[in-house]
Amino acid sequence: MSAKPSMTSRREWIYGWLLLLPAMVLLFAFTHVPAITTLLNSFFSTPRGRRAAKFVGVENYDRMLSDPVFWKVFWNNVWYAVGTIPVSIALAIAMALWVNDRLAGRSFVRMAYFTPTVLPLIAVANIWLFFYTPGFGLFDQITGYLFGWPSSNYLGNTDTALVAVMVVTVWKEAGFFMIFYLAALQSIPLSLKEAAQIEGAGRWTVFWRITFPLLMPTTLFVSVNAVINSFRLVDHIFILTDGGPDNASKLLLFLIYEVAFRHWETAYAASLTVALLVILSLLAIGQFYFVDRKVHYK
Amino acid sequence: MNATSFSYDRLLNTLGAWVLALMWALPLVYAVWTAFHPAAYEANFDLFAPLTLENFAKAWQAAPFARYFLNTVILVTMVLAGQFFLCTLAAYSFARFTFPGRNILFALVLLQLLVMPDILIVENYKTMRLLDLVDTIPAIALPYVASGFGIFLLRQTFMTIPRELDEAARIEGASPLGVLWKVYIPLAKPTYLAYGLISVSHHWNNFLWPLIVTNSVETRPVTVGLNIFSAIDSGVEWSVINAATLMTSGPLLIAFLLFQRQFVQSFMRAGIK
Repeated sequence: MSAKPSMTSRREWIYGWLLLLPAMVLLFAFTHVPAITTLLNSFFSTPRGRRAAKFVGVENYDRMLSDPVFWKVFWNNVWYAVGTIPVSIALAIAMALWVNDRLAGRSFVRMAYFTPTVLPLIAVANIWLFFYTPGFGLFDQITGYLFGWPSSNYLGNTDTALVAVMVVTVWKEAGFFMIFYLAALQSIPLSLKEAAQIEGAGRWTVFWRITFPLLMPTTLFVSVNAVINSFRLVDHIFILTDGGPDNASKLLLFLIYEVAFRHWETAYAASLTVALLVILSLLAIGQFYFVDRKVHYK
Repeated sequence: MNATSFSYDRLLNTLGAWVLALMWALPLVYAVWTAFHPAAYEANFDLFAPLTLENFAKAWQAAPFARYFLNTVILVTMVLAGQFFLCTLAAYSFARFTFPGRNILFALVLLQLLVMPDILIVENYKTMRLLDLVDTIPAIALPYVASGFGIFLLRQTFMTIPRELDEAARIEGASPLGVLWKVYIPLAKPTYLAYGLISVSHHWNNFLWPLIVTNSVETRPVTVGLNIFSAIDSGVEWSVINAATLMTSGPLLIAFLLFQRQFVQSFMRAGIK
């Protein structure tokens, strides 16, 4: 009697493990193991030709912390995240509220918001590069026509290059985040809104007191995604600015690519990758605790 | 509360929504305009400018886009097939089997949502060199096949399926894999559609990893091909580059316009869970 349940549970274990095996092998091979070897390699020198890598302790990290380019890129990424995430989220909420409402030409409006999401970032960058072209790009034409501004090279100027890249990011991401807010809005019971309106609350009050708090779990989800994306997506940089001018629009992952695959300093790239992973983890944990206290779960 | 202030409010909102929508559509409309008109009109808006397909023809001839498209289609199919297969098995295991180490393994799967292959480019490139897979299409696909997001999404779906259905099929003598095939997969079809759309659009658009791991015409997907094409400073006309840009996004854009509702719903479905 006592052997039988353990037999079936043993069989269940084996089934469970076998079903999991193929996915786990690949997951470990391309995510967990590389994450660990990145950490290990960051303590070694870059192997060159016949010269094997040798243990150098924290030398790569020393170099990183005293590298002005690293700090420039680090702050670029911070400003990039700070500049794009709140704007994208605010726009996404506005878009979702509008599209969720009865609105003339709603399907066109929704399509316009969402279309950038389906396009490849690299293609989007091409379109925007043309948009920004000094002189005859549409951007200059519009500002020239409306305000009489002279032609300006937004992507070639250290003061504006990062902002120009951020505009493209917001354009690409806001529509994507809108979808999640749209889903959340449709799950809010109408009775709550109606009750508030009967009490005499205006649209703003209803939004700030009812809708916005109820959207908090979505905001948490979207902001975690947005933070990860702000460190993960650098495709447009390749087309728009190639990190320049003078590192003004370089982001961390782009720097890692450059160090690893243009200068072939893989050990230094490994320590930069560790820095990126640490930043991501801290942000994810921090965000979770920060927003968690404000989230209104049902 | 009175009617006039209400309609005033509505008017402002409609106006805001439309201004934003036009701003959002403008870059794309502009690209379409230049791609379908001769180069002379790229900054010169004449409503009666002659339409032409010449830019597309030029772009198509200037670079091996046919081959790039084929590569992307192979890549996207490979990733999707692999993801469906591996993620289904793993999700079924997490959803309906109890075994030691399940929670830890699941946490490790979820960790991939944060520590993504996109970031681990240096080590993954070394692995591909070790496997002698550099400059092959499988090398682009492999890191993404075991998708933490896919496993999570399918597990959530499988867990909503009533156990009674599962047990009924077992009593009729179906094996665990038979139950998966006959009960779970058919009931999870909407999730597969949603995940499929997301996966295809994601990998069609992916750029950095394919850029690193490919270096020949036979393996490059369209995104990398487009980058190489438009990076040549040899005075390729803007209208031709824009035509190439539209071409590479074309299939996805057309699919999106045709299946707009499914697209939006599938992204929503994926987001809720």
